[in-house]
Amino acid sequence: MEILVCVKRVPDTSENEIEVGSDGQDIDRDDLVYSVNEWDNYAVEEAIQIVDKVGGKVTVVTVGDDESEEVLRREMAMGANEGILLSDDAFESSDGKGIAAILKAAVEKGSYDLIMTGAQADAGAGQVGGMLAAMLDQPYASLVNSIEVIDDKKLKVGREIEGGNQEMNEIQMPCVLSIQTGINEPRYVGIRGIRKVASVDIPVLGASDLGIDSGSVGNAGASVKVQDYFVPVFGDGAEMLEGSTEEIIDKLIELLKAQGGLK
Amino acid sequence: MNFDLTTEQKMIRREVRKFAESEIASVALELDENEEFSAELTRKMGEIGLFGMFVAEDYEGQALDYISYIIAVEEIARVDGSQAATIAAANSLGIGPIYYFGTEAQKKKYLPMLCSGEGLWGFGLTEPTAGSDAGGSTTTAVKDGNEWVINGSKIFITNAACELTMGVTVQAVTGRRENGKPECTCFLVESGTPGFKAQPMHKKMMWRASNTAELYFDDMRVPEENILGNVGDGFHQMLQTLDGGRLSIGAMGLGGAQGAYELALKYAKKREQFGQPISKFQAVGFKLADCAVEIECARNLLYKACWLRNEKRSFEKEAAMAKLYCSELMGRVANHAVQIHGGYGLMKEYNVERFYRDQKLLDIGEGTSEVQRIVISRYIGC
Repeated sequence: MEILVCVKRVPDTSENEIEVGSDGQDIDRDDLVYSVNEWDNYAVEEAIQIVDKVGGKVTVVTVGDDESEEVLRREMAMGANEGILLSDDAFESSDGKGIAAILKAAVEKGSYDLIMTGAQADAGAGQVGGMLAAMLDQPYASLVNSIEVIDDKKLKVGREIEGGNQEMNEIQMPCVLSIQTGINEPRYVGIRGIRKVASVDIPVLGASDLGIDSGSVGNAGASVKVQDYFVPVFGDGAEMLEGSTEEIIDKLIELLKAQGGLK
Repeated sequence: MNFDLTTEQKMIRREVRKFAESEIASVALELDENEEFSAELTRKMGEIGLFGMFVAEDYEGQALDYISYIIAVEEIARVDGSQAATIAAANSLGIGPIYYFGTEAQKKKYLPMLCSGEGLWGFGLTEPTAGSDAGGSTTTAVKDGNEWVINGSKIFITNAACELTMGVTVQAVTGRRENGKPECTCFLVESGTPGFKAQPMHKKMMWRASNTAELYFDDMRVPEENILGNVGDGFHQMLQTLDGGRLSIGAMGLGGAQGAYELALKYAKKREQFGQPISKFQAVGFKLADCAVEIECARNLLYKACWLRNEKRSFEKEAAMAKLYCSELMGRVANHAVQIHGGYGLMKEYNVERFYRDQKLLDIGEGTSEVQRIVISRYIGC
């Protein structure tokens, strides 16, 4: 099975304290540590497991600048077979539709049975997977938390639905799936894997390689633009408890008792 | 000059850090508290390739350069000294001598298991009455036919008495040289050899989740083929092993300093007194600035020593300097880190307490700070 997994380089929330930048248009990106988007990492692990079982190849792809190459290499050290970097100045500041259009062009250059994305990334919109499926005119399942290969034409996929309930679907390939965290336990990247890919050349494709009109993507083609970034002001009735975990627990119990929530 | 790490070295730092933060940080406090060596965690470290890092692929090693190895030890030490001790001792002292001095048969027999993390190997040098004065060793090996009979004991031997231990390299006196000094030879001794007993040592102040052993040899017999290298090579092998070992101890000091510094910095930015974060007070901010300067110096010194080794140039002086400086640096940084944490710094929950204790070994193990100063003073012509 030929699987393409779309990944993204995002600020690592376990390594950084994220703050809104002074211009209010973005987070403060000075000195941030980046890593692969967590959801995408689950998708890559799932792809590797499928290929381990039924054979085939996993390709990872990302839209980004030169530095995004590191997340491709990282996922290749984990076990993906190939990487493709989609990079062009014209791609900068693309909205979700722009990113999906760029990915679509890359998908059409290959022949994939299954395309996976993370359910969402740092921007939290969760829109690329669905848009990509629509542009490719392929079936789509979102928030997938289990995949079983039925044969070379069909998959059985589980989806987490409202209220913690589960839905099982049969889906025809080729298709697009957006992957939920928890679908598996992603492996650690070992030293052998790193050594295998550290000096591998990763192909870079730009707008002209992909046959994309520069004006249709990037800032020029974006029809959704961020207007403002801010931390909401605390409203009435909200109280932030501070202190060590023990202190917070004590205060919370005290408050719950005082309000009659605990007897 | 090029100070950039290679893509491979950068990836190793990131991924080992990720592993340490996910798998080690969550259990370090408990393992330390219970003085428990974890075979499970050791195997996990083996799975990602932390054993046999500088060993060729022919023996199932990772075939890394020395800077990569040191970066990996540094990243583990940044989170926990005990696990870094297991790794550093396994690579430099357990695997190193067999890899560098062993016969092809010995390497094929032992290295694949040791490089997978499924097996550990100790390095028996220190004796109850022979520490810095290694020439004063009293463990003896006497030839009897095609066998050697070993008697004596060793102490403070890392990785030598846990469920993963496969054996130890033991240095014994096999005669006298013409100048009257002892002739030493190293032997490979498998666990379970009759007459060999390995006993874990408990109630340690530091590295409490690493395995430390006392070894006893009572008329223990090993065949001739268990000699490491040649009869009489022992002293030279020991010196060469310790030169490499110093780099890994340096990495433990550097990584530990980095870890304690980061904990202190993070705390100082959050903790408020007199209406502002304590990092804004010069008394605290200057301490952290000093730590940052010294860590930068230490890293440059240690990496230079590793680079010299990679280039197959003489690195012994720089290794002694790096071992001394990085070890003592971690002492200063851990001390500042506890001080910055105030009362909380004295509590185990805040981790800097463990860094403070774990550091002390670095001034003592694999050549005390005093011995490093002797080595350095001789190199500079004193």
